[in-house]
Amino acid sequence: MTATAPAQAPTPGRKTADDERLLKTSPLRKVLRRPELGAVVGAVAVFLFFAVAADSFLRASSFGTVLYAASTIGIMAVPVALLMIGGEFDLSAGVLVTSSALVSSMFSYQMTANVWVGVLVSLLVTLAIGVFNGFMLTRTKLPSFIITLGTFLMLTGLNLGLTKMISGTVSTKTIGDMEGFESARKVFASQVTIGGVNLKVTILWWVALVGIATWILLRTRAGNWIFAVGGEADAARAVGVPVNKTRIGLYMGVGFAAWVSGQHLLFSFDVVQSGEGVGSELIYIIAAVIGGCLITGGYGSAIGSAVGAFIFGMTSKGIVYAEWDPDWFKFFLGAMLLLATLLNAWVRKRAEATK
Amino acid sequence: MARVRTGVRAVGAVLAAVLGASLAGCSSTGGKRAEERAEQAAAQGGSAVNTPRWTIGMVTHSGDGDTFWDIVQSGAEQAAAKDNIKFLYAHSDEGQQQAQLVDSYIDKKVDGLIVTLAKPDAMKAAVARATKAGIPVITVNSGSAESKKFGALTHIGQDETIAGEAVGDELDKRGRKNALCVLHEQGNVGHEQRCAGARKTFDGEMQNLYVDGTNMPDVQASIEAKLQSAKDIDAVVTLGAPFADAAVKAKEQAASKAEIDTFDLNAKVASALQADALGFAVDQQPYLQGYEAVDLLWLHKYNADVLGGGKPVLTGPQIITKQDAAELEEYTKRGTR
Repeated sequence: MTATAPAQAPTPGRKTADDERLLKTSPLRKVLRRPELGAVVGAVAVFLFFAVAADSFLRASSFGTVLYAASTIGIMAVPVALLMIGGEFDLSAGVLVTSSALVSSMFSYQMTANVWVGVLVSLLVTLAIGVFNGFMLTRTKLPSFIITLGTFLMLTGLNLGLTKMISGTVSTKTIGDMEGFESARKVFASQVTIGGVNLKVTILWWVALVGIATWILLRTRAGNWIFAVGGEADAARAVGVPVNKTRIGLYMGVGFAAWVSGQHLLFSFDVVQSGEGVGSELIYIIAAVIGGCLITGGYGSAIGSAVGAFIFGMTSKGIVYAEWDPDWFKFFLGAMLLLATLLNAWVRKRAEATK
Repeated sequence: MARVRTGVRAVGAVLAAVLGASLAGCSSTGGKRAEERAEQAAAQGGSAVNTPRWTIGMVTHSGDGDTFWDIVQSGAEQAAAKDNIKFLYAHSDEGQQQAQLVDSYIDKKVDGLIVTLAKPDAMKAAVARATKAGIPVITVNSGSAESKKFGALTHIGQDETIAGEAVGDELDKRGRKNALCVLHEQGNVGHEQRCAGARKTFDGEMQNLYVDGTNMPDVQASIEAKLQSAKDIDAVVTLGAPFADAAVKAKEQAASKAEIDTFDLNAKVASALQADALGFAVDQQPYLQGYEAVDLLWLHKYNADVLGGGKPVLTGPQIITKQDAAELEEYTKRGTR
């Protein structure tokens, strides 16, 4: 790389040339510095691999299934990636999705209300849980790992306990015959078939969330705050960044996405199992890390999280198309996580070397 | 450098010692070699039919590394080998993932599908898509109530309520008065039905005890505590074979007189039955669930046969006592019972 990059000759007489921020970077170098580059390379590799290994992987209908699988992870991976750029974790994200669906369903049913009422109440609850996580973090100064681990366990118990207490069973009662269900289903769980490809509405939600998150990160003040808080919180606070508000906002972002995912679960299946969602939080983190987020914060991108989710979707379904023994799935996942992270680190080093 | 070399030498010496010991200290009983001999004795031929090579996919709600589902799978594989069928298997304990796996098999255009309906609502749309695509579906193990509604050919499994009732009857026969039903999976509807069924036919008192099935020491400690605090319990019913063993240990620790009985079977349960450590086991023959599902799909494709006359085909409950255990122990060891 260094050989092809012409060295910038400092031109005498112009002060600006000494200022590294005003150096012109070539487009190639700009690409190399993107956090998601490693993930994109990985995604292409995984795609080619399964295209060769599994003949049914390249069918149009299969592509719809893979995209759907990716979108269900991707919707959550976006705010989780933002949170990690902000230097924090959320281990309660997986069960929060189930909580969101449970609240929505049970509120509508018990109150015999239009299901949209339940949907909105559920949004308030998930945002409140996000605020709770952020508030506890900023107040107690405990690591977010511990705080959200507590939230995760409490939510798991609440999901089971409250559902059993209210519904009398471990799953919710059907709300499919209630007013507003059809319109809510259109918003959260509809699908269109275009040329034999079955596309679910979650893909739209996913693309929209990635777009909004990317805009926030790269084009707004809040985005700068996120990077600053994740990079060096004390320094950020010293220059006037509202560190606590940023953190609470990031957790509310996770709450919002969990609400979307939860409503999708509810309106595609109509009944929610209270014990689900445990373990998904790690999958969201994996997607964000494969996508180039640093576990230490301050670096990463929303697009990267989408590529990470896509890799995850391709692998989880590709193993089925390739007719492999599913026992090996977790092994491949772990190996892929390590490889992707190594590739990211390597690419980042190269990019920094060619500055 | 010298230190490195002595290190290498030491490692070499240890390796040689281990190798030597393993060669010299051969066991003439059990172990891998006995297993290989048994396999050779039961040498399996190829397929018994000359129908085209159809593909059948099976998607269950099993978690990772589950003994029960391993037996179901081996039954299905045995039938597939006999019927010249390519058998695919996938599983996930999350409803959404399970539905997606079914979709993947529909994309693959399999010739038949076997699914479990532990989470019927999550699977409803996926099963509908399969039948719409003209793929025959058979449900196994759980979902006897929904199977027909969803458009499946037939359901193969055990009715949990009936199985529970059989346990209640058996406890009465043994003159038990105070029983404990140990549920190891919070939120499992089938488990609730088992205990409710047993309570219905049992003349004595029966109470539920919830334990965390993913944590064996905790299971044992919970049962132990219960047996210590309630001295009049004279029967403990566990809902899975691995938990029977924990209950036996708990009983010893608590110095209780209770009889331990269990649902399902494994090698340990079979030997414990013979040693009188367990009273009886209720088997639902998981091997049969996998085997019959594949075989019935083959029959449906070959001869348009459907079994059960619109009713579930029951594979249980089968009460197993000391008399049957000797024969079954051998089968549990090879992973078919």
